[in-house]
Amino acid sequence: MKTFLFAAALCLPFGSVIAEEKPTLTVYTYDSFISDWGPGPQIKAAFEADCGCALNFVGAGDGAALLARLRLEGQHTKADIVLGLDNSLMEQARQLELFAPLTQAPEGLELPVSWQDDTFVPYDWGYLAFVYDNTKLSELPSSFETLAASDLTILIQDPRSSTPGLGLALWVNAAYGDKAANIWAGLSDNIVTVTKGWSEAYGMFLAGEADLVLSYTTSPAYHLIAEDDASKSAALFQEGHYLQIEVAAKLAGSKNPALADAFMAFITSDDFQNVIPETNWMYPATGVETPALFGQMIAPQPVSGPLTISDADRKAVVEEWVRALSQ
Amino acid sequence: MGARAQPVSRTTQFFGAAALLIVAALVLAPVLALLSKATFGSGWAVSAWPSIRFTLFQAGLSALISVAVAVPLARALMRRRFVGREIMISLLGAPFLLPSIVAVLGLLAIWGRSGIVSDALDALGLGPLDIYGLNGVVLAHVFFNLPLAARMLLQGWQAVPAEQFQLAAQLGLTPRARSRLIEMPVLRGAAPSALLVIFMLCMSSFAVALALGGGPKSSTIELAIYQALRFEFDLAAAAQLAIVQLAIGLAAATFAFRFAKTTRFGGSLGGPARHWDSGPASRITDALTLGAAAIFILLPLFAILAKGISGLAPGLPPGMLAAWGISVAIALASTALALTLALSIAHLVDSSRYGSRIEAFVLLLLATSPFVIGTGLFILITPFVSPFALALPITALVNAALALPLMLRIIRPALGRVRANYGALADGLGLAGWSRFKLLTWPQIRPELGFAAGLAAALSMGDLGVITLFAPPDTQTLPLLMYRQMGSYRMDAAAGTALILVASSFALFYLFDKGGRRAGT
Repeated sequence: MKTFLFAAALCLPFGSVIAEEKPTLTVYTYDSFISDWGPGPQIKAAFEADCGCALNFVGAGDGAALLARLRLEGQHTKADIVLGLDNSLMEQARQLELFAPLTQAPEGLELPVSWQDDTFVPYDWGYLAFVYDNTKLSELPSSFETLAASDLTILIQDPRSSTPGLGLALWVNAAYGDKAANIWAGLSDNIVTVTKGWSEAYGMFLAGEADLVLSYTTSPAYHLIAEDDASKSAALFQEGHYLQIEVAAKLAGSKNPALADAFMAFITSDDFQNVIPETNWMYPATGVETPALFGQMIAPQPVSGPLTISDADRKAVVEEWVRALSQ
Repeated sequence: MGARAQPVSRTTQFFGAAALLIVAALVLAPVLALLSKATFGSGWAVSAWPSIRFTLFQAGLSALISVAVAVPLARALMRRRFVGREIMISLLGAPFLLPSIVAVLGLLAIWGRSGIVSDALDALGLGPLDIYGLNGVVLAHVFFNLPLAARMLLQGWQAVPAEQFQLAAQLGLTPRARSRLIEMPVLRGAAPSALLVIFMLCMSSFAVALALGGGPKSSTIELAIYQALRFEFDLAAAAQLAIVQLAIGLAAATFAFRFAKTTRFGGSLGGPARHWDSGPASRITDALTLGAAAIFILLPLFAILAKGISGLAPGLPPGMLAAWGISVAIALASTALALTLALSIAHLVDSSRYGSRIEAFVLLLLATSPFVIGTGLFILITPFVSPFALALPITALVNAALALPLMLRIIRPALGRVRANYGALADGLGLAGWSRFKLLTWPQIRPELGFAAGLAAALSMGDLGVITLFAPPDTQTLPLLMYRQMGSYRMDAAAGTALILVASSFALFYLFDKGGRRAGT
C-alpha cells in the first residue's frame, strides 16, 4: 500500500507544477454506490486523505449500464477505473480489451470460491436469495422444486433489464441445466410479476404484493441494522445459491496510471473493505470483520458451475427464460 | 372555414422551420447515430415479434378505453357547475405527471394483492384481486391517460360558443339531435387526436407494462430496445426497433388525421356557456360519472400522499433541496423552450398547406425511445464536448421535445379557432406580426397555452430522462435522487421524495394551468 502511494506521489509533480492542481482519478460505478447512503462518500474521503488527489465518482445506472457506457465510449473513455461490474458481465467486459493487467495481485482476498484473475479485483460479494417476511410465512421453500410445487408467490426481476434478474436465470441454469425450462414452467404460477429492476420488485414486496422477492442473503441485515426490524429473512436453498462477485478494473488508457494502481491496491485495504457491509450491504472481499448482526444471515453454498459466462451462453439462458415463461 | 387570406409570413416560416429542424434532429439523428456505430450481422431480432404484437394491442386497448371513459367524464365536467369543479379539472392533470414507479406503487395500494380492494374482498371471503396481466397494464394506462383524454375532449367542447347551446335549448332539440349537431362534431374533432396521443404514449411504456404485466408475455418494444442497448449492446437491433416504433407512430398519426375532422362552430361574444339539457336522468348519470372518476383518480393519489408523509417524517434527506432546485430550474427552462417551439410550429402548421403532415411528423417525437435519444445524443456529442458540460441544457431540450407533440395538439386547434373567427377581421385591420399575437392570439389561446405549459413543466419535473447518461457526479434531479434512494433500500425516504416531486410537479402544473384559465373560460 505504502509503496503504491509513494509511486502515486512520484507522478504528482507533473500535474501540480503546471497548474498547482491535484490530479483527478475518475471512477465509473453504479448509481447506488455513490448515493449518500452508499459506500461512495466514505471511500472518497478515505482515499483522498492520503492520495493528494481528487477522487471523482461518476454514476451510470447499474452494472449492465456501466458496461454499456464503456462500450459507447471505447478508447475515449474518461474513466481511470471501473468499479461495479460482476462475474456475469466480466467476460463481456474483458472482450472489450480496454483494461490494463494488474501490476500487483490483490492481497488478503477471502471469497467463498478460489479467485484468480490478472485484470479484475473483487471488492465485495453476496449470494442471491429469496427474501420473505418471517412474521407472515411459516411454510418455507428449500429449493426451486419445492418453491414451484408450493402456492407461495414470488416477485422477480427481468434478466433482460436487471442484473439480479440475470443472476436468477443463471442460477436456475447452473442448478438444473437441461431441466431449467421445466423449473421455470413450474414457477410460472408462483410468479406474481417480473419487474424492470431490483427497486421495483423490492418496493412491491415491502408493499405486500408477494410472499418472497428475489434479493440478497444480506437484505435482512439492512432491515436489522438500519431499521432495527428483524422481520425479514432469506430462504436457504439446497441447490446452493448464485454467487455474485463485484469487481473493479483499471483502464489501459488511464491518464493517471500510478494513481489508478494505488486505488486498485486501496480496494483490498481495510479502509475500503470496512465501509462495504453497512453501505453496500454485501460481504467484504477480504477477511475484515463484518458487523455482528451479519452473523445472523444464512450461509449458503455457492451453486456449482462456472463463475463467469460467455456472451453466447448468457443469451441462450435468457432466451430460454423468455420462452419458458411465455407459454 | 377560415380562408387563408395571407401568405405564410417570413417570420412564421423562419421560426417554424428552425423549430422543425430541432424536431427532425431529435427524431432522426439519434437513430442515425446508432446506425453509424452499429455492427451488422446479428440480423433481425425474431424475438421482437411478440413484443410488437403486445405493444400494439395494449396501447390500442388502453387508448380506446381511456377515450371511451373520457367522453362521459368530459361531458359531465362541461355541463355541470359544482363546488370543487375547478380543482377537479386541475387534479385531472395529476396522474399524468406521476413517475411510473410512483404510480405503480400508488395503484397497487388500491388494486394490488394487498391493496384496499383486495382487503375488502378478503373480508367477504372472495380472496385477493389479481390484476397482474393485461388487466393491470390497461388499468395503469387508463389511470395515467383517462384524465388527459378528458382534458383534451373538454377543450373541444369549450370551443363551442355558448350561444350554440342556448340556441339548441331554444329550438327544443331532443338529446339525440343535440348529440348529432353538437356533440358528434366535437368528438370528431377531438377524439381521434386524443386516441392518437394516448396510443403513442402507451406504446413507449416499459416499466409500468412490465411491472403490472405479470411476465415476459407483457414485453413491449421499449423493453427490447432497453435490452438491446443495455445488455446486448446491439446498436443495430436497437436502431431497427426504434425505426419500427417510429413507423407504427407514423402509421397511427396518418390514420388518425384522416379520421379527424374539425368543425368550426363560428364566433362567440364570449362568456361562460350555460347548459339547459338537465333532465334528472342526465343529472344522475353525470353525478355518478364524476364520483366514480374522482374515486378512481384520487385514491391512488391519497395512497402516495400518505406514504410520502410518513417517509418525510424523519426530516428532509440530504441532497433533497439541491435536487429540487435543479429539477425546478430544468423544468422552467424546458417549459420556456417547449412553448417557443410549440408556438413556432403551431403557427406554421396552421398556415401551411402541409399542416397536418408537419404535425404528424412532430407527433413522431412521442414514438421515440428516450433510451435511443439519450444514447444517440451521447454518441453524437462526446467526440466534441464532455457530456457533463451539456447535461442540463440537453435534459431541458429533450424534456421540451417530449412535451412538444402534446402541446401542439392542444395549441393548434386553438390557433385555428382564432384564425377562423377573427382572421378576416384582423387581416382587414392590417393587424399582423407581434401586435397581432399580443392583441388577438395571446388573449384567445391563453387557456390552452397555460394547460400546455403546465404539462411541459410537470413532465420535465417528473422525468428521469436523459440526465442518467449525462449527469455530472454532483448533479442529481429529484427523480434521480428517488431512484438512488430506492436502490439503497431507502423505500420510505424514496416515498417522501416522490411526494415532494409530485407536489412540486403539480404545483407547477397548477400555476401555469390556472394562470391560463384565469382570464379565460
